[in-house]
Amino acid sequence: MSQHPKIMNRADLTKRLVAKLKRDEAVVAGIGNANFDLYAAGHRPQNFYMLGSMGLACPIAMGVALAQPERGVIALEGDGSILMSLGCLSTIANVGPRNLTVVIWDNGIYQITGKQRTATGGVTDIVAVARGAGLTNSHWVQDEARFEKMFDRLLDEGGPVLLAVKIDDKPGVGQTPRDPALIRNRFMKGLGTSRGGELDA
Amino acid sequence: MAWSDAFLKALKDNDVRLVAYVPDNVLTPLIAGVTSDNYFMPVCATREDEAIGLVAGAWMGGMKGIVMMQTSGFALIANALASLTVPSQIPTIMVISERGTMGEFNIGQQLVARTMRPVLDALGIAHHTLTEESTMPFIVDRSIKQAVTTQAPVAFILSPLLTGGNPAGHAKLKS
Repeated sequence: MSQHPKIMNRADLTKRLVAKLKRDEAVVAGIGNANFDLYAAGHRPQNFYMLGSMGLACPIAMGVALAQPERGVIALEGDGSILMSLGCLSTIANVGPRNLTVVIWDNGIYQITGKQRTATGGVTDIVAVARGAGLTNSHWVQDEARFEKMFDRLLDEGGPVLLAVKIDDKPGVGQTPRDPALIRNRFMKGLGTSRGGELDA
Repeated sequence: MAWSDAFLKALKDNDVRLVAYVPDNVLTPLIAGVTSDNYFMPVCATREDEAIGLVAGAWMGGMKGIVMMQTSGFALIANALASLTVPSQIPTIMVISERGTMGEFNIGQQLVARTMRPVLDALGIAHHTLTEESTMPFIVDRSIKQAVTTQAPVAFILSPLLTGGNPAGHAKLKS
C-alpha cells in the first residue's frame, strides 16, 4: 500500500454502495458480516445472501455475470473469506467478465469468530495479491468520497475491478433470514429467472 | 460415437452450456470437446468448490452448467454442496472421473475414492455410475432433466469400465 487508506465502516459503505445501484445490479454478499450489512442496507430483489460456503461469493457472482452479461454484478467479500479462495481471483482475471466488480472488506480479523487476526492483518496485501493474479484494475479505496467516485466510474466503464477497503472491527448490523431456498428463489425472481412467477401474483 | 461425444451431446440436448472444470486425464476428451465447440462456455477453475460456486451462480442467472472433476476433487466440495447447493435447491450437475478403483496405483486416490459415495449418500444426492456406452445417453439425459425439474443436484461417476481409466495408471501397474 503506497498510502494508508482511512479505516472506514462496512455498514456505512454498504449503504453508500446500494444507493449507487440504479440498474438492478446483482449483489452477492459473502457469509457473515458482508451479507448482514447488505441486508441491513435495505433488501433488494437482486441481493443474494450467502449462509454458508465460505469463500464462494466471487465464484457465485462470476457465474451470475457470465449468465447475464448485460447486468452489473457485485461481489462483497471479507478478507478471511477471500483468503480462503485466492485462486478465484486468477480465474476472474483470466476469464475477464467486464460486468463483475469485487469489493473486499478488509478488517484484518475474523471478526465473527472472535477477532482472530487474518493474514491481511499481518503482512498480506490483498490488492497486491489481486494484481499478481492478473486483476490489474485493483485498488485500495482511500476514503468514503473516493469509494463513491470509484464506484460511479466502474459502473460506467466496466471491469473486472477489485476494490479493497480497510474497515473497522464493528460487527454486522443486521441478521439475514436463514432460509437458503427462499433467498435463492427471491434472488432468481429479482434476476428474472424464477419459474414460480404465477405463484407470486 | 465415443463415450465423450455422447456425453457432450446429452449436455447440449439439455442446454447445459457453462462447463467449470478442474483438469483430469480421463476428462481430457470432454474438456477438449467443450473448448473446441463454441456452444459451450468452458471455465478452468482453480478448485472444485470454486467450480460449484460458478455453476450455482450461473444457474441463478438462468444458464445451466456442469462441474467436471476427479474423485479427489469431489472430496473438496462437501461444504459447498451441504451449505450452498443442496439447501438452496440448486440443481448442480456434476461429472466425476472415478479414480481409486480397478487398477489404481496411488494409495491416496484409493482412500479418497472411498469417501465419495458415502458423502453423496449422506447429502441425499442422486448419483449414477456410468459403466457402458449403450445406457449412458439415456441415464445422463433423463437424470439431468430430473435434477432440473426437482431442483436437486446429480452426480455422474465415470467408471473405468466406460472410460478405460487413467492411462498413466496402466504403465505404473505394469512395473
